[in-house]
Amino acid sequence: MKVLVCVKRVIDFNVKVRVRSDGSGVETSNVKMSMNPFDEIAVEEAVRLRERGIASEIVAVSCGTAACQETLRAALALGADRAVLVETDTALEPLAVAKLVAALVRQEAPQLVILGKQAIDDDANQTGQMLAALLDWPQATFASKLQIADGKADVTREVDGGLETVEVTLPAVVTTDLRLNEPRYATLPNIMKAKKKPMQTLSAQSLGVDVTPHVTLIRVDEPAGRKGGGRVADVKELVAKLRNEAKVLPPA
Amino acid sequence: MNVLVLAEHEQGTLASATLSAVTAARALGGDVVMLVLSAPGDAIAQAAAAVPGIARVLHAEAPWFAQPTAENVAATALDAIARGQYSHVVAAATSFGKNAMPRIAAKLDAAQVSDITAINAPDTFVRPIYAGNAFATVRSSDPIKVVTVRATAFDPAGASGGQASIDTIAAAPEVPAAKVVGQARTKSARPELTSARVVISGGRGLGSGENFKLLEALADKLNAAIGASRAAVDAGYVPNDYQVGQTGKIVAPDLYVAIGISGAIQHLAGMKDSKVIVAINKDPEAPIFQIADYGLVGDLFEVVPALTAELDR
Ligand SMILES: Cc1cc2nc3c(=O)[nH]c(=O)nc-3n(C[C@H](O)[C@H](O)[C@H](O)COP(=O)(O)OP(=O)(O)OC[C@H]3O[C@@H](n4cnc5c(N)ncnc54)[C@H](O)[C@@H]3O)c2cc1C
Ligand SMILES: Nc1ncnc2c1ncn2[C@@H]1O[C@H](COP(=O)(O)O)[C@@H](O)[C@H]1O
Repeated sequence: MKVLVCVKRVIDFNVKVRVRSDGSGVETSNVKMSMNPFDEIAVEEAVRLRERGIASEIVAVSCGTAACQETLRAALALGADRAVLVETDTALEPLAVAKLVAALVRQEAPQLVILGKQAIDDDANQTGQMLAALLDWPQATFASKLQIADGKADVTREVDGGLETVEVTLPAVVTTDLRLNEPRYATLPNIMKAKKKPMQTLSAQSLGVDVTPHVTLIRVDEPAGRKGGGRVADVKELVAKLRNEAKVLPPA
Repeated sequence: MNVLVLAEHEQGTLASATLSAVTAARALGGDVVMLVLSAPGDAIAQAAAAVPGIARVLHAEAPWFAQPTAENVAATALDAIARGQYSHVVAAATSFGKNAMPRIAAKLDAAQVSDITAINAPDTFVRPIYAGNAFATVRSSDPIKVVTVRATAFDPAGASGGQASIDTIAAAPEVPAAKVVGQARTKSARPELTSARVVISGGRGLGSGENFKLLEALADKLNAAIGASRAAVDAGYVPNDYQVGQTGKIVAPDLYVAIGISGAIQHLAGMKDSKVIVAINKDPEAPIFQIADYGLVGDLFEVVPALTAELDR
């Protein structure tokens, strides 16, 4: 079974993001970029499926500028077999990514597409669900456990009330949650090997997809600051302040 | 043009987050129509009709709505949208809304606007990006705008006093390719985490699930919900649905007490809109203190029992 994995290049989760002073966006120059952490989990899960003999081929896909090749190389180093860059300079919204990946899925015919549940830059949490809708495939989002047998996937999902298990018929879309697995680190030999693995570049136009944004960014602002840093010496002072100053606890 | 709100409910009660979505919907103009999908015989449509500000309830019943999949929810919602005149489709940004709404949006060829915290105009919204380290103002050009709402940013509408009409509509045929086959709900007698007025959260500093009992004793005193950092959930101290943060739940209680939590930005993203923040941590340099109104440096194993006792005085 072929598995497609989507990987997005994002500002590294450890970077303290700064809003540009002109309000046009956040500072991206000289900032460390990495694979979206949920996508590392997606790649790891695909690799484990291959190690269990369920997946036969893993294709990593990234949509965006040529710089996404770096992210794809990272996916290859983690164990993907080949990579496809869907190249465009247009800023992509989740709907456009879903359309591009849907077009690629029609060419590649995988049985499973794994994405992250959320990109930590736009925090949209949309692409996987949209992809499933465009393909008319079932979806299993926010996965913390994935089992595949007999043309079906049994997926445990992290939901607001606890856990839910869904059974979806393949082909299907799965999006990863944090507890699905703990991604491995790429070893040096695997990083070297990844350099020789095939990477194909397609243009967004060649997939026949219109990526014109539907949503315009008007402005980006800093969050309203919070005045913190207050200290109390002990529990007595804390309770007194919560009662009398903050008034969030009833008076004694 | 009307605004369609997709309702989420459990055991005959509308989710509080849905009531927040109603408040957002009312700010968009037009009549607010609530779409309620339920198992047959559920009295939830009456509960929806009682929400002030709702003009009409559309109610579809089918056995599979007892455990709704995104596939089934989207199918019936799309039927309802096709038969009405809607400018917006709105739901709360809960795991239910996050799961189903993008499916609806994609079929409408709409670029969903996720997790809005403010409405500047019917087509212009504010939403957090980068774990709330920035706020984007965006304008949607879609004819039908699909929006999910951050519940903590909109006060919930009332639950009684309204008198909307109820129209029964047909459910779309069942989508058999996805089925809910199991559920493990976290049982708790405590208030629900996202709407509780007091939240006590524990992190890796707790050291074990057993030690969360310390927080329970404190939470009992304050009628509080219990939350956690990702590290505490990953370590298996508490269930996944306790996680507060960028990729967990968003809370904004009157009082948030962070205990043994360092204050990573991903955690702050889920709680920094709380009215009053208390931090208890043995590391005076922990970043959580930068946003805490009342920081107490100390060993939680001494401080928490002392705090619990002090509340009795
Ligand atoms: C993609 C992604 C998504 C994430 N999403 C989330 C999210 O939604 N929510 C979230 O919380 N995190 C999230 N994280 C993780 C986040 O980056 C941090 O790793 C996590 O919040 C740390 O949890 P913690 O504060 O409990 O643990 P630590 O950072 O290890 O902090 C433990 C704290 O406990 C204190 N402590 C230890 N012992 C004691 C004691 N006896 N008394 C008092 N204090 C003590 C220590 O001083 C320390 O400050 C995410 C990370 C990534 C990459
Ligand atoms: N430009 C992109 N290229 C590849 N995958 C993407 C891209 N954007 C989003 N994705 C995938 O969709 C997931 C969810 O992203 P989002 O809907 O933007 O929160 C990510 O974790 C990726 O797996």
